[in-house]
Amino acid sequence: MTETIRAKLREILDDAGKKLDSAGDLDALNSIRVNILGKKGRLTEVLKGMKDVAPEDRPAVGQMVNEARASFEKILEERKNAFEKKALEAKLAHEVIDVTLPANSNAMGHSHPNTIALEEVERIFIGMGYEVVEGPEIEYDEYNFEKLNIPANHPAKDEQDTFYINKEIVLRTQTSPCQAREMEKGKLPIRMLAPGRVFRSDEVDATHSPSFHQIEGLVVDKNITFADLKGTLEQFARELFGPNTKTKFRPHHFPFTEPSAEMDVSCFKCGGKGCRFCKGEGWIEILGCGMVHPHVFEMCGIDPDEYKGFAFGVGLERIALLKYEIDDMRLLYENDIRFLSQF
Amino acid sequence: MNTSYKWLKKYVPDLDAAPQEFMDAMTLSGTKTEGYTCLDKDIDKIIIGQITKIEPHPDADKLVVCQVNVGTENVQIVTGADNAFVGAKVPVVLDGGRVAGGHDGSKTEGGIEIKAGKLRGVPSQGMMCSIEELGSTREFYPEAPENGLYIFDEDAEVGADAIEALGLHDTIFEYEITSNRVDCYSILGIAREAAATFGKKFIPPKGECKGNDEKASDYISVRVDDPDLCPRFTARVVKNIKIGPSPKWMQRCLSASGIRPINNIVDITNFVMEEYGQPMHAYDLSTIAGNQIIVRRAKDGDKFTTLDGQERLLDHDVIMICDGEKEVGIGGIMGGENSMITEDVKTVLFEAATFDGTNIRLSSKRIGLRTEASGKFEKGLDPENAEAAINRACELIQELGCGEVVGGIVDVYSKKPEQVRVKLEPEKINALLGTDISKEQMLEYFKPLELEYDEKANELIIPSFRQDLKCTADIAEEVARFYGYDNIPTTLPTGEATTGKLPFYLMVQNLARNVAEFCGFSQGYTYSFESPKVYDKLMIPADSKLRDAIEIMNPLGEDFSIMRTLSVNGMLTSLGTNYGRRNKDVRLYELGNVYIPKELPLKELPDERMKFTLGFYGKGDFFSLKGVCEEFFAKAGLGSRFDYKTDDLKPFLHPGRQADIYLGDVCLGYLGEVHPLVADSYGIGQRAYIAVIDMPNVVANSTFERKFEGIARFPAVTRDLSMVVKKDIRAAEIDNMIRQRGGKDLESVSLFDIYEGDQIAEGYKSMAYSLVFRSKEKTLTDDDISKSMKKILNGLESMGIELRS
Repeated sequence: MTETIRAKLREILDDAGKKLDSAGDLDALNSIRVNILGKKGRLTEVLKGMKDVAPEDRPAVGQMVNEARASFEKILEERKNAFEKKALEAKLAHEVIDVTLPANSNAMGHSHPNTIALEEVERIFIGMGYEVVEGPEIEYDEYNFEKLNIPANHPAKDEQDTFYINKEIVLRTQTSPCQAREMEKGKLPIRMLAPGRVFRSDEVDATHSPSFHQIEGLVVDKNITFADLKGTLEQFARELFGPNTKTKFRPHHFPFTEPSAEMDVSCFKCGGKGCRFCKGEGWIEILGCGMVHPHVFEMCGIDPDEYKGFAFGVGLERIALLKYEIDDMRLLYENDIRFLSQF
Repeated sequence: MNTSYKWLKKYVPDLDAAPQEFMDAMTLSGTKTEGYTCLDKDIDKIIIGQITKIEPHPDADKLVVCQVNVGTENVQIVTGADNAFVGAKVPVVLDGGRVAGGHDGSKTEGGIEIKAGKLRGVPSQGMMCSIEELGSTREFYPEAPENGLYIFDEDAEVGADAIEALGLHDTIFEYEITSNRVDCYSILGIAREAAATFGKKFIPPKGECKGNDEKASDYISVRVDDPDLCPRFTARVVKNIKIGPSPKWMQRCLSASGIRPINNIVDITNFVMEEYGQPMHAYDLSTIAGNQIIVRRAKDGDKFTTLDGQERLLDHDVIMICDGEKEVGIGGIMGGENSMITEDVKTVLFEAATFDGTNIRLSSKRIGLRTEASGKFEKGLDPENAEAAINRACELIQELGCGEVVGGIVDVYSKKPEQVRVKLEPEKINALLGTDISKEQMLEYFKPLELEYDEKANELIIPSFRQDLKCTADIAEEVARFYGYDNIPTTLPTGEATTGKLPFYLMVQNLARNVAEFCGFSQGYTYSFESPKVYDKLMIPADSKLRDAIEIMNPLGEDFSIMRTLSVNGMLTSLGTNYGRRNKDVRLYELGNVYIPKELPLKELPDERMKFTLGFYGKGDFFSLKGVCEEFFAKAGLGSRFDYKTDDLKPFLHPGRQADIYLGDVCLGYLGEVHPLVADSYGIGQRAYIAVIDMPNVVANSTFERKFEGIARFPAVTRDLSMVVKKDIRAAEIDNMIRQRGGKDLESVSLFDIYEGDQIAEGYKSMAYSLVFRSKEKTLTDDDISKSMKKILNGLESMGIELRS
């Protein structure tokens, strides 16, 4: 009896195996499953015949049937997986896209080149412990000139082509009044960076604008030296224009610093060999700087014997024009989107 | 300021630097040299030749064939010049040489190479030159004939270098002199710096001239009524004047400085002005009434004819030089026509004075006359220099034999400046510079600068021409210049650490930029000043406070004459520019100030308010702009609930499509569609939108602090409400009603559909809201929700709103 059942089970499995092999799709697999395991399925029939098996043989036969069932289900599962895999492959193959079609633009806006340059400068100096502050654009003559050691009728006042509102109030010609305002607060030491808009009576052309921007720097502490000024600005130049940038300090004159200097950097275009960009000089003038004049300290209530300081002023547009190779300053104030989109 | 290298070498004979080397070294020692021009850069191989024979050209009437002795040989040259004569000594350019340009004065960069060849069949081995072909003009070589060959003096050496003979082996340097270095507006000043820079000897002219046994004071008396405006007035007299041309060497010096030689007397005053930086004036003494000079102020409304023949209007602040009867010159600016020297002059009165720089600068501006002299005086000259200069002029008179110098000087020196002394503190200088330079080394630097050291007092005695040296910091700069800025070490500041940071309001500004840029807006910059006509363009009423703008006293023109009280003109102008250039879908933003005066005329500084202005045309509408604003407000920590009020209409916006944005009772700004008439006048041909956000008000309510509120653990229940609403009821009213009555479990309210048209009665709109309820404590039951819904429905009913089933 046991042997008969074993043979029968083998026959069922062999037969099912053949059918599964030739099944063409998931539906066919399903009908084979019903044919074997359904209510009237062939394995189910075998199980139903268990009542005719001798009780002592039942455990062995039961195990045989279960093994046959497991074996069938395993093959069935494998076939099913194979079909599903094939179906997925077909679906994916159907879904191929042309990845070279244009992107859907997110159309983000752009920062103005002035702002990009300013953020760069701010990043460098904030890293060195400077606090960014601002001062008024319409300023008292007193702060714009007097407290910067430029008394009434000083020739430097003429040089700067000032816009006047009245005798006492001007459109500031420089960000330097922020120095006096910061020092007057009386909080020492100072490491300040003051960017902002300034005004001079220059007609608009490719290199001039009646309104432009400067960035003023001021450091006041007990033992500040000209060497510190050089070191700080050298580091600034390397950060802004690249690690191989060289600097050159030339004596100059500003009424509110003494000694004063102008700083040139080696041309970042040609590396100092001389090119169209630096007009063959190899150097590009970047900023004015110097040690805070003792008279300025006195006027701002700081003891020049106890404290020393240095100050510098950079033209923001100058940096932006140089860095981004913009050849006409007027572009900065036209706001043509084709210009702005390039930054 | 320009100087000729040759002229400098008269005082620093050992100077031997090549032009580039000179320029670099002078710049690094503080005399900024901006460039140089070699006068001989375009001319080469030109020698002095003598014409020995002239024959007609066989085939050309206008040409002649010359035999020319050029020292080493005789050459044949064909020329068209009509002033050639036998015996003439002329500049000859030989085969392979170069001339600077044509005889018409045209110049060719790099010069024109001359080759031996044939002219109308006759061989010619070179060219004889006019002054123009040598790159100069008759202006600087007045002896050169008009249209013809330059003819050298008879004593010129045949075969010698003609370029040298003409003084053209010279280099002109151009400097940018800073306003503190008045002494460097002179050849001697630059020469002193050059000598110090290169460590060479400086040999200034003696400038001594005793004159004859007579006394100048017997010829002239001087009275200065306003010593404040004229600290020093010196005068000397020269008689038996012989007017004639000045010597070539002097003419060459003047030419190199761009000054036209005229005659010996004028040339001497110009030469000394360049050499000493001290303007001088020469009067014909016979025209000076009463042999008396009075220096006094003019009277308001006086008129005076200057020597250029122009009548000038004067005022009380102009200083005048007068004789016993009349004005003879405007002090420090220009002499008068009535006293100028002529060919017949017998006795000359020389004046060298100093005037108050500021007064000269302002007077010259008011009169509208800026001269070489006023340009120098306005810098504030050293009174000591006046005497040196007038003596130097007399020395030259004697040297050149153009007159007999009368002895003595009339000198009214009312305000002699005090001698300045500065304590020498090497340790303070080193502490300021960050250097370790010895006192001895410092003293070495000072010597060529003529800073004398008083060892006993440990003080430096500052020479009168260095008015810029007053304190230790000034002395430190002198040390630094000659130690070399490049040799000063580089260090970083030590001391107390400071925190680098951006203030809060700038962080909010950066946020504004980020949000704008994420939303597709690009940053523009516009001017702070604009035209008062802008207000008409924006249709702002005549009595509007917005028209109370700060005016600039001296604007560049009406278009830049007032400080803006509104930021919209800049934005609309930029949008118009883009539209005119056919740029599509343009979105711009700006962060810039407007200037609101507290009162006019301005007594104190105005309120400078930062405005965040957004504008666009193309894709998008009012609500997309509203979304950008709300996005910014949310990120700035202002929440999400704002009131949009429409009771303060802006004339430049569409009357039905604009609103003021309120947070409680704080106005954050406004937004709207640009009025079609305004858009049109800015050349924007489609609907445009603009928002102006007041940054100070935003910043005052901003915060970057956030607190985690937990994530809801209980399920949400959603109820949709569809209703028919009278058209004039605003969404905000419905929204407020639902929120007021929804209870604490009402989590959100959102409008998801709005419709007018078919199936909805005229004058009504259909609106559909989605309401989400959720409790923090429990799962809500139907009962809970129904209670809230009932309240909401009652509320809506009270507004006359009908539910749609």
